[in-house]
Amino acid sequence: MNLQFIADGLISGSLIGLGAIGVTLTYSILRFSNFAHGDLMAWGAYAALTVLGAISALLGTVAPIGMLSFGWPLVVAALVAMALVGGMALLLDWVLFARLRAKGQSIIVVMASFGASMALRSLLEFSFTSKPEYFSRAIQMALPVGFGIRVTPDQVAMLLVTLVLVTSMHLFMSRSQTGREMRAYSQNPALARVVGIDVARIVRATWLIGGALACAAGIMVGVLVQIRPLMGLDMLLPMFAAAILGGIGSIPGAVLAGLIIGLSEAAAVQLIGAEWRAGAAFVILMAVLLIRPAGLFGVSER
Amino acid sequence: MIDLLGYAAFFLSTALILGIITLGLNLQWGLTGLFNVGIAGFVAIGAYTSAILTTPEAADRVGGFGWPILAGWVAAMAITGLAAGLTGFATLRLKSDYLAITTFGVAVVVQLVTLNAQGLTGGPFGVAFIPRPFASLAETPVAFNFANLAVVAAVTLVVYLALEHLSRSPWGRVLRALREDERAAISLGKSAKSYRIQAFAIGGAVMGLAGAVQAHFIGFIAPNNYLPTLTFQIWAMLMVGGAGSNRGALLGTIVVWAIWVGAGAFSSALAPTDWQARTAALQIVAIGVMLCVILLVRPNGFFGGRRRK
Amino acid sequence: MTPILDVRGLVAGYEPGLNIVRGASIHANEAEIVVVLGPNGAGKSSLIKAIAGLVPVSAGQVLLDGQDITATPAHLMVRKGLAFVPQTENIFPLLTVEENLRVAGGVLARSEVSPRIGEMFSMFPDLARQRRLAAGSLSGGQRQMLAVARALIVRPRVLMLDEPSAGLSPKFVEMVFAQLSQIRRAGLTIVLVEQNAKAALAIGDRAYVLVEGREAHEGVARSLWDDPVVAELYLGHRRAS
Repeated sequence: MNLQFIADGLISGSLIGLGAIGVTLTYSILRFSNFAHGDLMAWGAYAALTVLGAISALLGTVAPIGMLSFGWPLVVAALVAMALVGGMALLLDWVLFARLRAKGQSIIVVMASFGASMALRSLLEFSFTSKPEYFSRAIQMALPVGFGIRVTPDQVAMLLVTLVLVTSMHLFMSRSQTGREMRAYSQNPALARVVGIDVARIVRATWLIGGALACAAGIMVGVLVQIRPLMGLDMLLPMFAAAILGGIGSIPGAVLAGLIIGLSEAAAVQLIGAEWRAGAAFVILMAVLLIRPAGLFGVSER
Repeated sequence: MIDLLGYAAFFLSTALILGIITLGLNLQWGLTGLFNVGIAGFVAIGAYTSAILTTPEAADRVGGFGWPILAGWVAAMAITGLAAGLTGFATLRLKSDYLAITTFGVAVVVQLVTLNAQGLTGGPFGVAFIPRPFASLAETPVAFNFANLAVVAAVTLVVYLALEHLSRSPWGRVLRALREDERAAISLGKSAKSYRIQAFAIGGAVMGLAGAVQAHFIGFIAPNNYLPTLTFQIWAMLMVGGAGSNRGALLGTIVVWAIWVGAGAFSSALAPTDWQARTAALQIVAIGVMLCVILLVRPNGFFGGRRRK
Repeated sequence: MTPILDVRGLVAGYEPGLNIVRGASIHANEAEIVVVLGPNGAGKSSLIKAIAGLVPVSAGQVLLDGQDITATPAHLMVRKGLAFVPQTENIFPLLTVEENLRVAGGVLARSEVSPRIGEMFSMFPDLARQRRLAAGSLSGGQRQMLAVARALIVRPRVLMLDEPSAGLSPKFVEMVFAQLSQIRRAGLTIVLVEQNAKAALAIGDRAYVLVEGREAHEGVARSLWDDPVVAELYLGHRRAS
């Protein structure tokens, strides 16, 4: 049997996991499923594309780094885009979600995120059309790494970046004061206020981090695959499934679950057919909800 | 002039079909408080069920069952109701977000199946030659449009009356109470869950019926008819009209559909041809923004008003 | 002597028009233990929650050391010197004992946090032994200790507790109250809402009896226990309902 699907699955799974961190964070702290999360990814990719275009216009073509398909301009563009999308997420919260949260029913906020998601997606379609875009047209050679598996340098790089981001997130949540406050707030919002935690600051941190991570995931998909307005929507179900499988609120869980879903999708492509890829996430989601809704590392609902 | 009347009949028929879907959503959300993000999927299930059962034989697809149209509609309701019931059963003991995510997943999977299971659904080519009521009148478009309008209006009326009756019945009152007071729901325990599953299933069945009626109205269906855009339009229609009111649901549908068609006509008239696809996207942006604004400013809609909260 | 905590005519309730606290006035002097008693539904919990900023206040004033804190948002209370220990769910179950203290220490200067935690651990040696355990796995009594330590870590001027003895075994009740006496001797002011009148009055200096959202009786703690008026307010009220 061809083991290539393991590599493909791990790579796509790590991106799903990265996006799922934002979903699980938003859910555990703000208590709603953000249907616009995928579109933050797409906006991130297009933002980076635009900034990259501006840099290229100013400086001309820059040589790529080693065997990768991109050079430092993309790195700079990525950092700028992460800041922009983090800011956009904050803006979205201020304009829409925060006001609805104050009014009461959390499901209304979900509905608004659904509306915002459609509007954001369609704005991208309007601005860029649905034609796929790419960061670079360079074709990469896939190199053998043993067991009949081949990976491109880009894929290795993205995997490493994801590892760095996930590790940083874990350290942030477990060692920093803000991370601790975020975890505390997600466990007991009322007590958090009593203890002196500034909720507004926690909410801001959640959106900034969630937005930045979504942006990073979107850019990586753009590097490895392509950039389209619908790219976020396509990732939404796998990300939700990963957040639920991992256990709401658990960042390691979200990442692990993302890898599981990525591998399952790749296996499905291998065994059943590429067109059925998207079904894998749904099957896993239903299995989790029917068997163990708390997920792998989640706590039973309060 | 007569052309205009014919067009008006066509417009109203389309609007009423969407209105039936909105009525189904009103039962799920307005009465029971359940958030369905996969409306398009349920509509598709109804449409395809009826189409597959009633169309003549086709080359590489199952067909030729030759069921009469009405039987197809009943089957559509039954199968969609079952699908909705199963969805509800799997998720209703959990938080409302899980239902939303799962219905979203259902729509994704339905889209997947309609696109890829060519042996069953005809794949991207869809299902054609769906028998239409009054097919004999197809030659005279105006008469045809009016005849169709009569059928659609009749179905809408029946659904409306049935849902009104349900809403005012003891069953409906229990649902309303469950929606208002979560704790009452917990004290009712098991029965609360089964009430909600029933409501979700019936709402789903209504959506399936609308899908079937539309399939027989147009005569042809394809996976592209059932995209998230449809789910989104229905939500906008219900929120504009006023969740909780069936009359509001229908009025909201007609208003939003008119805006949608109007905006579409406006932008095609104004925009140069190579920008057509882009301006179509703007329609969606406009509706998305409208939905968010309504949630912020007038969450009870414009035509409802029965719910005071 | 100006009271360190001065509550004047406080009117508060979760919903507008549905006031549970109806014009209550209590005060606490420095290094006093003030006990608030009263039958169920009298509004004792709501009163201190309103003081802590957790229940909306529609009228009245709360002064801490002369400063008006009526409108101060709940999360800034610790910075002003007012710490609150709620009755239930008063620790973060999935954080470790040490993390619970650390997260509360956020209002202190960075360099003070670790020394302060050390001080709490010497005051509560049981907690020190379990510092790496998830707080949710502690027993009821130890959780209460942690909740109190968590409130003390910020060096408050006034410590308010909502029924700290609720659900605790007699041994732990004794321990908690002994701990509170000790804290008071160090100069801290304590306001204590309690159902367990006997134990509370034993360590209290002054006490109030709250009935229907307002203070109905006030006096020196020790004498209140034998006071027939108090008995009637307590028992009489219960008989009537």
